[in-house]
Amino acid sequence: MGSILKTASFSFSKKREISEEVDQKDGETLFVTCKKCQRRSMKRLWKENYYVCPICGKYQSISAHYRMSLIFDPGQYKELYADMKASDPMNFPEYAQKVAKQKEATGLEEAAVAAVGRIGGHKATVIVLDSRFFMGSMSSVVGEKVTKAIEYATKKKTPLIIFSASGGARMQEGIYSLMQMAKTSAAVEEFNASGGLYISYLTHPTTGGVTASFATLGDITLAEPGALIGFAGPRVIEQTIHKKLPKGFQKSEYLEAHGFVDKIVPRNEMRQTIIQLLELHEKK
Amino acid sequence: MIDKILEKVEELDAQIEEVEGRATEVTQDLVEVVEYSEEVMEDTFEERISLEEHDKEIIKLKSMREYFLSECQTLTPEDRVFLARHSQRPHVDDFIDGIFTDFFEQKGDHLYDEDQSIYGGIARFHGIPVTVLGHRKGHTMEDNMKYNFGMPCPEGYRKALRLMNQAEKFKRPIITFIDTPGAYPGMEAEEHGQGEAIATNLAKMSQFHVPVISVVTGEGNSGGALAIGVANRILMLENAVYSILSPEGFASILWKDANRKKEACEIMKLTAADLKEAKVCDEVIKEPLGGAQRNYDEVMRNLDAVLWKHLQELMKLSPNDVKSDRQMKYRKIG
Ligand SMILES: [Zn+2]
Repeated sequence: MGSILKTASFSFSKKREISEEVDQKDGETLFVTCKKCQRRSMKRLWKENYYVCPICGKYQSISAHYRMSLIFDPGQYKELYADMKASDPMNFPEYAQKVAKQKEATGLEEAAVAAVGRIGGHKATVIVLDSRFFMGSMSSVVGEKVTKAIEYATKKKTPLIIFSASGGARMQEGIYSLMQMAKTSAAVEEFNASGGLYISYLTHPTTGGVTASFATLGDITLAEPGALIGFAGPRVIEQTIHKKLPKGFQKSEYLEAHGFVDKIVPRNEMRQTIIQLLELHEKK
Repeated sequence: MIDKILEKVEELDAQIEEVEGRATEVTQDLVEVVEYSEEVMEDTFEERISLEEHDKEIIKLKSMREYFLSECQTLTPEDRVFLARHSQRPHVDDFIDGIFTDFFEQKGDHLYDEDQSIYGGIARFHGIPVTVLGHRKGHTMEDNMKYNFGMPCPEGYRKALRLMNQAEKFKRPIITFIDTPGAYPGMEAEEHGQGEAIATNLAKMSQFHVPVISVVTGEGNSGGALAIGVANRILMLENAVYSILSPEGFASILWKDANRKKEACEIMKLTAADLKEAKVCDEVIKEPLGGAQRNYDEVMRNLDAVLWKHLQELMKLSPNDVKSDRQMKYRKIG
């Protein structure tokens, strides 16, 4: 294994675990304000609740590494392709500077993080898109990393779990962004042909090119409660049809009702559900 | 810019046609006079002078037209977007008429609906049975309403996949024509699983053992274009464009200002030449000066030759090599 596996540092700072701004007192975070209900709760309560608002139940975005730490058995995973760096294939004006800012703010190299490890003792390859990095948009590096990790799962015959969160295409990478849809979908299809289990877990928001490629190709499709899931964004649709969209349109629950999601799984049941599915698909 | 030039050129087209019409009338008179006259030279003097004058006028008008058309030798990306969307540009039905024979149209996804924004079926290309399909745009507003301006709903992608799956089954090469503003951002399109429909096409197209050639003929935007465009070869008409989304959409997402379209065109690298450089497009097909709408026959001849060349090359490969050739094409991007 050695050469492609990089052991990452998993001691993330407190500020990197969540996307929200936090209240600070003496440099120590004590309270976190909910984006939705605007009420403050103790950080300890948020944490116990997996960063779902202890008061109103609103899901906060969590970082890729924090998600990994919730999924894998404690200390039982290694990051894959950690040294892949964001690129600028179109020499797009000001893009490099924007990427640099995102890197600094999130501590990530790109919006996708891949890892292999054990979940309830079962080996699995996991990819998480981090919505804090350029809205988890599909860059050529995201596409390449996702493809490589799927190919890794195919080769090593491990189940594949992808947590999607994406605002869609990475505009600054133009046609290269679009072509990642074809590349990643082809990789999923090859993985399928090899008989592997692919669990696609949709989190807020999953839209655009990611929805129209690997995110909707799972054997099992799960979704986090209240996540926005769709291809076209609600604003574009409203502008096109000149009508207000119904309440809850494109939310996880709406998709479940329209037949595109197997099950809505709350964050606190995420790991257990995945373990159950891995066991149901265990090969003798 | 190009729209102003084309306006001039089309004005001249009309003038030339009018003078040529008059000249034809004079020629007919001349023939009659010659037939019944004893003193031909004398009796036809007037007509001959008139014809000479007409000829001179036509030459003058044509050289003016040449002058304006020569301005079309250097087009900006925005000009090409204009041409790519020109209502008189040849569309999928024109291409099927132009270079295929024996066309048998297949309708419907056989699941839920018939989406007229995708048009296709079985036909012969150089005598070989193929599956041919593409986004459908109309030349009139009425037709465009019917075809939803070439913007498919999930049913359209599923119809395309049904046709392509049959091609795989019966070992027919697949030829697709891409010309769409993008996927249709409608409520039902979302409820019927637009994302899933596109993703499934991408996944399944990557697996075909028959050659797939896609021709971008007009505008190829977003996943709506790619959903029928996972191909061994991507050909583009000279003035076609291919991009992540429309320049207007790009400008409004990136700068929150759809009016900055021109600027978007400049940096999006969406022309055939740009895409060739990015190794997404394999070959650019020459168009008549001033755009494909000016001479269908010439476009058909050029496209036919290039398409046939690429298909012959691909038909030499084994089915497995055809599949891996296609997968490698995308694997290498990014
Ligand atoms: Zn709350």
